[in-house]
Amino acid sequence: MFEKYVIVPGTLRNVVESGRTTGFELGVRMPYYRGLGLSMVEDVALTVDGVRAAPEGTTFTVHGNSYPLTGLGEVVDDRWELGEVATVRVDHPGGLAPGVHDVEVSQRLRISYMPVPGGGRARAAVELSA
Amino acid sequence: MSHRITRGVSLYSFQEEFFLRTMTVRDAVAVAAKIGALDIEIIPEQSIPGFPRVSDEWVRDWHDTMAEFGTRPLAYDFFLDTLRHPGRRLTHDEQVASVRRDVDLAVRLGTTKLRAIISTPAEVLRDAAPYAEEAGVQLLLEVHAPFHYAHPWVLRHLEVMDALDSPALGFMPDLGCFVERFPRVASERALREGARPEVVDLVVKTYDDHGDVHGLMDTVNYLGGGPVEIGLARQATHYTWRDPRMLLEQIHRTHHVQAKFYEMTDEGTEYSIPYDRIVDVLVEGGFSGCLSSEYEGNRHIQDVHPVDSVDQVTRHHAMLERLLARHEN
Repeated sequence: MFEKYVIVPGTLRNVVESGRTTGFELGVRMPYYRGLGLSMVEDVALTVDGVRAAPEGTTFTVHGNSYPLTGLGEVVDDRWELGEVATVRVDHPGGLAPGVHDVEVSQRLRISYMPVPGGGRARAAVELSA
Repeated sequence: MSHRITRGVSLYSFQEEFFLRTMTVRDAVAVAAKIGALDIEIIPEQSIPGFPRVSDEWVRDWHDTMAEFGTRPLAYDFFLDTLRHPGRRLTHDEQVASVRRDVDLAVRLGTTKLRAIISTPAEVLRDAAPYAEEAGVQLLLEVHAPFHYAHPWVLRHLEVMDALDSPALGFMPDLGCFVERFPRVASERALREGARPEVVDLVVKTYDDHGDVHGLMDTVNYLGGGPVEIGLARQATHYTWRDPRMLLEQIHRTHHVQAKFYEMTDEGTEYSIPYDRIVDVLVEGGFSGCLSSEYEGNRHIQDVHPVDSVDQVTRHHAMLERLLARHEN
């Protein structure tokens, strides 16, 4: 469900801080029909051109609030809202090369009424935006 | 025989448009009013940003919208996030507190029927019932496929209901229990995703013959099935076909119906669910609640065409109006 909308076109870009390219980021939606508390977002794994981004170097941001991806389990007072575009930022000095990249997003959501994890995978060829 | 059934819409029906931000709650309520579906069901975790902190301003807008369109707040779907914390389940008391929180918000929204998700333990509803009764609302267990009234999980709820005899407890069946034919929107999607036609035929035919679907996932696996094919076989075990007369078993405890549907056809019928027989059974049983439309076809067609939930819900209500009119003098 909603896999088609997980990877948001036009949101893959390099992150430049103080004139240095320190990483890249992507806009991602959650494939679910309601909002979910962040403590139940178990993983949002980005794989670009076959290389999985390290969870330790990944930051997750919703409506201006940023959290380390590995710390989401403790966030019981904030949510990823329905259809909200979260920004997933990956530390990656030098960033990504210009052009089209093979992007895969794999999400694992802890949905209490489901016997297996929710979430799912989405994959798309995405062009790096300026 | 005349009837006392009302028509309504669950805002769940517009999940595609809400997800993509092409419709607001107000837009959805306007659609409901236009088609005479005056009872509104809301999924607060879907429609209210910031849940469970809901501002007085949001609540005021909600009531203003109802007044503007002549609609009524009726039902509130709650979830119970028992796995909210990594590594542990919510305690019993925490689960009861979660339900009480939802009762409080339901009162603010003016919704008197709370959808208790099927996973809610009977003991949690038992211990939340006095609070709901005091608040003047009902906690209605959704009886959702593959469950039914003789299932051990539901029997436990029946024991609690018998013992407590509280007006605050009851049922809210989901018409997805009565899927007579495999939804073609689901099988067609599997074909688009590369499932082999012979495997899709096997799944659909086994289901449509009301055959034994329990071995299907294994069978499809033995046939070398991939994830799409095995997923389709799994769906065949999640839809259920039961005689609509099952509704009569607990009709005295049925205070709301989630009128699930997957595809309204050009002929004005639901492809999979025999609404004509269902409406007749509900009238026969004297059901006096709401048939609340719950469109769930979007997830099967969103890969190939834009979803038009408004059109589907409009067609659904044309059908409901026609079927109910047969029982009006």
